[in-house]
Amino acid sequence: MSTAATWDQTGAKEIIAEKKSMDGALLPILHALQERFGYVDDSAVPLLADALNLSRAEVHGVITFYHDFKRHPGGRHVVKLCRAEACQSVGCQSLEAHAKKSLGIDYHQMTTDGSVQLEQVFCLGNCATGPSMMVDDKIYGRVTPQRFDAIIGKLKGGR
Amino acid sequence: MAIDLYVPMDATALSLGADETADAIRKIAGAQKADIRIIRNGSRGLFWLEPMVEVVTEAGRIAYGPVMPEDVDAAFVTALLAGADHKLRLGKPEDMEYLKKQQRLTFERIGIIDPVSIPDYLAHGGYRGLKNALAKSGAEIVQEVTESGLRGRGGAGFPTGIKWQTVLKAPADQKYIVCNADEGDSGTFADRMVMEGDPFLLIEGMTIAGIAVGATKGFVYIRSEYPHAFAQMNRAIAAAKLAGYLGDNIQGSGKSFHLETRLGAGAYVCGEETSLLESLEGKRGMVRAKPPLPAIKGLFGQPTIINNLLSFAAVSTILDKGGAFYKDFGMGRSRGTLPLQLAGNIKRGGIIEIAFGMTLREVVEEFGGGTLSGRPIKAMQIGGPLGAYLPYSLIDTLIDYEAMAAAGGMLGHGGIVVFDDTVDMAWQARFAMEFCAAESCGKCTPCRIGSTRGVEVIDRIRDGQDVQKNLTLLNDLCETMRDGSLCALGGLTNMPVQSATKHFPGDFQPARKAAE
Repeated sequence: MSTAATWDQTGAKEIIAEKKSMDGALLPILHALQERFGYVDDSAVPLLADALNLSRAEVHGVITFYHDFKRHPGGRHVVKLCRAEACQSVGCQSLEAHAKKSLGIDYHQMTTDGSVQLEQVFCLGNCATGPSMMVDDKIYGRVTPQRFDAIIGKLKGGR
Repeated sequence: MAIDLYVPMDATALSLGADETADAIRKIAGAQKADIRIIRNGSRGLFWLEPMVEVVTEAGRIAYGPVMPEDVDAAFVTALLAGADHKLRLGKPEDMEYLKKQQRLTFERIGIIDPVSIPDYLAHGGYRGLKNALAKSGAEIVQEVTESGLRGRGGAGFPTGIKWQTVLKAPADQKYIVCNADEGDSGTFADRMVMEGDPFLLIEGMTIAGIAVGATKGFVYIRSEYPHAFAQMNRAIAAAKLAGYLGDNIQGSGKSFHLETRLGAGAYVCGEETSLLESLEGKRGMVRAKPPLPAIKGLFGQPTIINNLLSFAAVSTILDKGGAFYKDFGMGRSRGTLPLQLAGNIKRGGIIEIAFGMTLREVVEEFGGGTLSGRPIKAMQIGGPLGAYLPYSLIDTLIDYEAMAAAGGMLGHGGIVVFDDTVDMAWQARFAMEFCAAESCGKCTPCRIGSTRGVEVIDRIRDGQDVQKNLTLLNDLCETMRDGSLCALGGLTNMPVQSATKHFPGDFQPARKAAE
């Protein structure tokens, strides 16, 4: 996410053209757009509808159905805390409380400096070494509040 | 000659710093002018020992763990490269009790081989199943799978052979093979470990399925929370194509099978097979009404085998060693082995692949060593977020499909999450409803509305308002959701909720609790 480009229609069109012949192309295209730009701009909806012979309502419906797809630019780094049962059993609730308090934000919000976006996730498959979290595509286990602060400190320092 | 080292790239090992450990070893070995080669293997599944580093010596492989990045200094690297004594030395992995007591079929190679090397896979018995399959007719392959007694490892436990037989007999120009690798259940990670640690095993199983029923195209649907598994599958598919194990004319047989990966997008409900098919088609992951079954009308309306990843993985073993061999493991109607996933508040969590017939106690206490916190076990949730919470008093329950059902639970995908006595079961019940509300696809009313009402009712109970009346209402709501929902999400949310109210009634009596 930290390398996301600003939205541009030409780039979006290129991605759509490249992938539109895949079977069930809409999800792969949306993932590619989000990977490139960090979100899927509303202006992509008519382009996708046109390329895939769908209605704009259908495209909008898909984008809003899935938790992953964002319709607005977010923080430079996405921090996802696992809230599922295995992490609950080792105290993820107190990690959540600590994260929200120390970042000063709730889920689906970003810090005022734009560096961190906080999200929830239900299971990262790291269930024997929780509490777990993911920062962009990097996974962390046994996350104590101290370890959380160290990881976030590096993100903010290393921008 | 270079010294071979193994440092896992399994997501759990990575979450504890395996990349940094590998870098540190490389740096120090470089400074010592040592000639090393680091192979990134899967995890052997002893997660409390990750990152577990192994060195190849004349006496075999020697393991060290847990090797945190900060443990890697000159003395450690010197000891490691010689296989010599060190406080982190664990000895030979195959001598470790945790592994010795297991019967690994699916996980036979994981942690041992280089996951994306075809030569390594072949050297460890890989692709023998496919070779046997290519010499058989479709009906003979399906017969072998039927004879093995394999039941779908996704949770429902439907006989795999019957599903395949239906697709085999369905006439169509195009059939599909779909792997459900949308492993969303908390407490499960077996699918992830196979994709990261032995991806060719899945590719082989799916290829066998394609050849059996005449399907030339397959998809692996992987959840987006598994970026490492997704990348590894893509690497493995590319390697298999290059070696002639995927694509047209597989190994000169004249048979074709093309395989692609697809990434989910954070919707738990897409682990439900019809919702997954909708998602694969590029639509909202809304559950379809059944019938028609996916075997008749599946992906893009065509006959489709959709199986859990562990089912396809088991097929590779079955075609290699025979249905009768596989059937010899297990008991009653639960045949073969099941990779159990031991998770949560547990001292020695990880993967335990063993024939059906163990008790929960053997797994949780003997393998797992009890809770990580050292406190007494209060509850164990088996089979994911839609599975029942069993109290400690049921710890002698057998782990198989029927015994779990008789205890009011379900085995599901084989995940066991342990909780100590600090857990508030009313909060867990509320979470089950909250989770259902967050993940409901919205198609059917009992699930969409019922889950939100469920949260509200439990909030009133926890608040001490008309507790008995609200418990009756909650029970009624659970039954409505169970009987009226289209799929397992709404249809099984009653399991965690009602098992909590049944086995832990004290946690739902806030007034009484406060008075105690």
